[in-house]
Amino acid sequence: MRHCVEFSGISHSYEKDNGEKVLALNNVNFTIEQHEFVAVVGPSGCGKSTLLRLLSGLITPSQGTVRIYDQQVDGPREDVGIVFQKPVLLPWLNVIDNVLFPVKHKYGRITQSHREQAMALLTMTGLEAFAHHRPDELSGGMQQRVGITRALLLDPDILIMDEPFSALDALTREQMGFDLLVLWREKPKTVLFITHSISEAVLQADRVLVMSERPGTLVDNITIDLPRPRSLDTLQHPEFGYYTRVLRDYIYQTDRVAA
Amino acid sequence: MFVLPAPSDIAEAFFQVESQRWAGHLWATVSIALQGFLLSIAISIPMAMMMVRSRFLARTLYPLLIIIQSTPVVAIAPLLIVILGTGEAPRLVITCLITFFPLVVSATTGMLATPPEMIELSRSLKAPVHKEIWQIRLPYATPYIFSGLKVAITLSIIGAVVAEFVAAEQGLGYFVQFSTSYFKIPQAFAALFFLAAVSLILFKLIQWIQKIGFAWSLTKTEL
Repeated sequence: MRHCVEFSGISHSYEKDNGEKVLALNNVNFTIEQHEFVAVVGPSGCGKSTLLRLLSGLITPSQGTVRIYDQQVDGPREDVGIVFQKPVLLPWLNVIDNVLFPVKHKYGRITQSHREQAMALLTMTGLEAFAHHRPDELSGGMQQRVGITRALLLDPDILIMDEPFSALDALTREQMGFDLLVLWREKPKTVLFITHSISEAVLQADRVLVMSERPGTLVDNITIDLPRPRSLDTLQHPEFGYYTRVLRDYIYQTDRVAA
Repeated sequence: MFVLPAPSDIAEAFFQVESQRWAGHLWATVSIALQGFLLSIAISIPMAMMMVRSRFLARTLYPLLIIIQSTPVVAIAPLLIVILGTGEAPRLVITCLITFFPLVVSATTGMLATPPEMIELSRSLKAPVHKEIWQIRLPYATPYIFSGLKVAITLSIIGAVVAEFVAAEQGLGYFVQFSTSYFKIPQAFAALFFLAAVSLILFKLIQWIQKIGFAWSLTKTEL
């Protein structure tokens, strides 16, 4: 069967500045189907970010292969968009130029259709009025919206999100979560969503991968069988409490084992 | 015994010198300072870009730059005049030598301070290294470069004056030396005030350019 994303036998170690070798991931295997939303949770330092960098092709694994549609990933790909933990906006460009930056950086030239597309995306993310504002005039939540819009511009099949809401305050974070649900419904993507928040993972994902302490390995793969479309009401769903409970048990258990 | 002219003497000396003469000296100094400053930018920014791009170049060039910087320019100046003649060339070189170090250092520091996420953004787009430098690192270094420019512009006046001390028939530096040797101390002081004023105006000019063209790079306190 042809999976959208396939990690097989992935181990990855890296060298610290003092030359010490650290095993970040140990024999990780999983697949993601097309347009599936998969969240990864786990304690800090369990190699979640390494997972992301492997899929984005920024690094290559010490062992094993990462495949996207049966093609081995050996470098950054056009069909993968990344949303970073911080918005990573360029302060010298206004909002729309930041959104268009990937096009300019990659192809050197921005066409009218790119411009229209960027404007349409900004309208979708509720930022059309701020297209010509500078990033530092925007709130943290809006800045991250720009980051997400930028990742969507080249219309990637796969969207990698690295704790995209972790730098936001609790209320903004919740709001952004609901917005992401709507966005994902309008523009389905295969998503790998890295998060620290269990409830965020359950609310968003079709499936949650639970990782152990370093060296990170998959301890479970939980299918979240909550009805879609999801919204504020999903939080009241009895199953929602059940899933968050199960995940929480996992996290604290792995914490105890490590301690 | 001290010889310090009264402010009224200085003012009087100021008006005794015809304005055309002042203008001639002023222009000689400012034009050398500005040309040297621009030449210095043209050399130091590309040099910083090359050093950011290649660790090998950084390791070989940096020690050389430090050696050049720590050799007193005042000591090299007479040699440069002998080597390059008495035209404008040695004066430009002297101004350049005195201004380029802060520019190289500030531009390099700024480009290397670019957040790693911005570099990852560039890598994830498979952009070539020269685009990473032109479109991300160099603009990111703008506030750093402006700090360097502010230091360098005042140094450029110093460079021009040092060069005029050694060999010149025009310029405020030459005028100070010439006046002192004829014991026209108030006149020398008047020239000194001119030099300070020019430095201040050029400094403000750089600030203004940053405010008009690169407002984003000003921190809140600088606004």
